[in-house]
Amino acid sequence: MERAFNKSRLILWSSVALLFVLLPFVFPGGFALSILSQLGIAIIFALSYNMLLGQTGLLSFGHAVYFGLGAFVTAHAINFVESGVFGLPISFMPLVGGLAGLVFSLILGFVTTRRPGTPFAMISLGIAEMVAASALMFTTFFGGEGGIVTNRTAGGAVWGISYGPQVQVYYLIAVWCFISMALMFVITRTPLGRIANAVRDNPERTQFVGYNPTRVRWIMMSLAGFFAGIGGALTTINYEIITAESLGLMASGNVVLMAFIGGIGQFWGPIIGAVLVTFLQSFLSNFTQAWLLYFGLLFLLIILFSPGGISSIITIHAPVWRAGVMKRLLPSYMFALWAGFVTLVGIIGVIELLYRGTLVVGVHVAVTWVFAGLLVLVGAFFLRRAIRAVAQVWADLTPELARWS
Amino acid sequence: MEFFLITLLNSLSYGLLLFMLSSGLTLIFSMMGVLNFAHASFYMLGAYFAYQTGLVFGFWPALFLAPILVGVVGAITERYGLRKVHKFGHVAELLFTFGLAYVIEEVVHLIWGRAPVDYRIPESLNFTLFTLFNTQYPAYRAFMMLVSVGMLVSLYLVLTKTRIGLIVQASLTHPEMVQALGHNVPRVFMLVFAGGCALAGLAGVLGGNLFITEPGMAFSVGSIVFVVVVVGGMGSLVGAFIASLLIGSIQTFSVGFDYSFIDLMAALGVIIDSNSSWYAGLSITISQTAPVLPYLLMVLMLIVRPRGLMGTRET
Repeated sequence: MERAFNKSRLILWSSVALLFVLLPFVFPGGFALSILSQLGIAIIFALSYNMLLGQTGLLSFGHAVYFGLGAFVTAHAINFVESGVFGLPISFMPLVGGLAGLVFSLILGFVTTRRPGTPFAMISLGIAEMVAASALMFTTFFGGEGGIVTNRTAGGAVWGISYGPQVQVYYLIAVWCFISMALMFVITRTPLGRIANAVRDNPERTQFVGYNPTRVRWIMMSLAGFFAGIGGALTTINYEIITAESLGLMASGNVVLMAFIGGIGQFWGPIIGAVLVTFLQSFLSNFTQAWLLYFGLLFLLIILFSPGGISSIITIHAPVWRAGVMKRLLPSYMFALWAGFVTLVGIIGVIELLYRGTLVVGVHVAVTWVFAGLLVLVGAFFLRRAIRAVAQVWADLTPELARWS
Repeated sequence: MEFFLITLLNSLSYGLLLFMLSSGLTLIFSMMGVLNFAHASFYMLGAYFAYQTGLVFGFWPALFLAPILVGVVGAITERYGLRKVHKFGHVAELLFTFGLAYVIEEVVHLIWGRAPVDYRIPESLNFTLFTLFNTQYPAYRAFMMLVSVGMLVSLYLVLTKTRIGLIVQASLTHPEMVQALGHNVPRVFMLVFAGGCALAGLAGVLGGNLFITEPGMAFSVGSIVFVVVVVGGMGSLVGAFIASLLIGSIQTFSVGFDYSFIDLMAALGVIIDSNSSWYAGLSITISQTAPVLPYLLMVLMLIVRPRGLMGTRET
């Protein structure tokens, strides 16, 4: 077995750590800090989800359950600290959330992992619905509509860290994000991680080799629940309030989008997805009501044309880059980019007109309609040609690349 | 007695509606191996299409037009979406329909807005069919049952007695052989997908005005339909039928029972102190647990019999 951290990896991981440390100095504003904190949480959550989907082949539609339950348990733990039931520095609260996620995923995972594939997807959805519905029933634990409110400065300052300023919360999230990323990466290199891949690819053969696929799925699910719980705990600390929404179906669906848009084939794919999706959510939702629609369309496009996500688009270009023939792809890419841009502007025009334009009627609206429609038609016409051109260049390149490697 | 009979009738009509949804889902699943996450979205589209066409032509033409329109949307989805993703495997297909559910919901927002639309029961059916004890039974519910049963009988006849049905059945188990005999199997797939969607659309036409036509209706019914299919056994029409009626009655009956564990103990002569720390948990009434019961049933079923009531295979 290769070592998880060789020299080049050590350099890479240290630069990631350095990046985490430096980011607040580059973007010191309050808004930037809150986005960075969200990013850290999203990265943990998306990576923990990929332990299921990417590594073990379990398509879960209920991963937010463990995230949310971890968050609620943490909220209660913080409140207990505040009322003096027991003492624990806030810095270690993510462990509480993680353990809660672990316990719940051990219990629920025992039921859900009994069947792989499509039934697993449906069952995870059903379990998620069940937990979401119970959240409105048990109001003492989930706080009903209002949720549970906490105070992250509970227990006073430990080692001079009070968690009053957002920067301190950011660094807490950054540290836990880094630890979780490293641990999850190490897990992919352990025998367990490898067997999980085997279970994903060929459960029957894994069984013949002497492993129990159901148990491997169960263990992986529990570990994923642990890391999701850490993410949930950090959310509680970050926002100081947690509502039943955080374990609902929307939250579960969101993490599916993150992991898949980023790409489930690479360890770092979900990180890209988490960053992209969080940015889109924070910025797009300021500009347009239709941001979820753009989001869904982006998701459909990725599935239709690049099911490996953004990370696979990057990895397929690595051999081209190494062979130094990137410049042959560029003209067709520029063409596609241009056509895609025109189409995109047209589609955005049509969608926004539908959202707002129905309210106002007039000549200028009609002109805009015609213009947007024309852009879509022209863009789509050239986009088809561009896609064909790109496919042609790739078809020419493939035999050459085979010679290179 | 009155409560029991009326609730039984209501659960029957609701269960039949569920079966119209789950039959399409399970047909599509057993044929193409695709679990259509957007199935409930087609149900929603059916309701909205019926509302829109109803504004122009009235309810009766809409009853036929809306399911056909939904079927066309389904056919387009299969031809230009699912068929392209098929080569990437089942996970991609599943995620495609999942993304589609998002997009359909947003498109509904886009066209009809976020508030419920005023899709009503037609005047010609808005009367009391009969009065049982003191409760009036609306004619529309009876009409709903009639259409559902009629639809299911004709579905059964088409699948078992006609040539098309035979080809569909053969394509379920032996697609290569059917293809070799000169039938266009991809087209059969497209037809089955469109047919399943049309069934969901019909359920939407019937259910949309009885319940409420709003953008959230797909999510609220979608997961129940999945529970039905899991409990009944994936790919089994008979199982889906039994499970639909079962879950329909569980949901309808449990909403009507306003008793909690504390009431039960009180009936047995045990009074639980309202200051006890368990009081809040024990005072939850059955009607409060109603949303959770179908999922609990599913979990129990998975523990006792993972393949479902009538399921034949493990996965």
